[in-house]
Amino acid sequence: MRISKPRTRAAGLIASALFAAFGAWALLSASNVEAKRQADKRAEGLAAWGQVYGVLTHPRCINCHTATNYPQQGDERRRHAVNVLRGPDGHGVVGLNCVSCHQKANADSTGVPGGPDWHLAPLSMRWQDENDQPLPSDEVCRQVKDPRRNGNMSPQALIKHNAEAELVLWAWEPGRRPDGTVRSTPPVSHEEFVAATRRWVEAGTPCPSGK
Amino acid sequence: MAKYQLNVNGQSREVSADPSTPLLWVLREDLKMTGTKFGCGVSACGACTVHVAGVATRSCVVPIALLGERPVVTIEAMAQDPVGRAVQDAWVEKDVVQCGYCQSGQIMTAVALLRHTPRPTDANIDESLGGNLCRCATYVRIREAVHLAAQKLK
Repeated sequence: MRISKPRTRAAGLIASALFAAFGAWALLSASNVEAKRQADKRAEGLAAWGQVYGVLTHPRCINCHTATNYPQQGDERRRHAVNVLRGPDGHGVVGLNCVSCHQKANADSTGVPGGPDWHLAPLSMRWQDENDQPLPSDEVCRQVKDPRRNGNMSPQALIKHNAEAELVLWAWEPGRRPDGTVRSTPPVSHEEFVAATRRWVEAGTPCPSGK
Repeated sequence: MAKYQLNVNGQSREVSADPSTPLLWVLREDLKMTGTKFGCGVSACGACTVHVAGVATRSCVVPIALLGERPVVTIEAMAQDPVGRAVQDAWVEKDVVQCGYCQSGQIMTAVALLRHTPRPTDANIDESLGGNLCRCATYVRIREAVHLAAQKLK
């Protein structure tokens, strides 16, 4: 029977310990890299969402995403004139429908904006509270990506919606006010808006932490 | 100027107008149908209400170029329309009118309401006619007349 010399055995133990330590370091390092990658991806997604939120809460968009029984108008988001009401399906009440005035395109000669099927977003898609204040970013984010509240849209469908829906596109071509001046548009271009939506979706639709 | 082929009260009418001209002025100036009134010009009062493809529409803010092929019905056709006739009769019976300027718009909206909601509540009437202003404040009689017309149409 061979018995190892104490010095040889100690060297073996040290080598094993070093090997184990290296392995642990490598594993830890890899997980740190992955964690950093995930954190970066989330940060990019949140930055992209910030751009999207800036568009959604612009008056051209949020004026028809109210939590009340009426739409708003103007950059100051005042209550819509002429006692216009939401009605049972967001298209106004009979006799005073949205399309009683809003046609399929802007009417620049009379200052009335228009687009196909002009109507209010349903209450499930409200981006304001009942005091007409925009909801915080985290609340709008959770609503926008919730299929039960967003019209059953997947993240990919959200990209397509923001890229192609005619009433979305209208926000960047909102026509002229009755005084002939041009209505304001959202803070980024439509191309940037769609690109931001895509980056947000590719990052896994992260939402800011709530209060 | 451009030419437009319109369907007004079931008749085909051709007009030549600038594309930005509101439907109201085509009716009044080109077709001499002055039953539809100019009130505010910004869709705030409802005096200019006509039906476009069955929808009560403020003709003062609809450029003729955006009308398309949708048929237009004006107050001039209401006497021959069963609902329109009932509303006009009720208007007379309840002596609704004071100065009368807003009444063609009121009647057009009332007819649109009764076609969609044959038994309207007070709330239905107030909401639907809430965009039709009457400087003589005949609102109470208007509401009574709409209810009376609904009864006549039973």
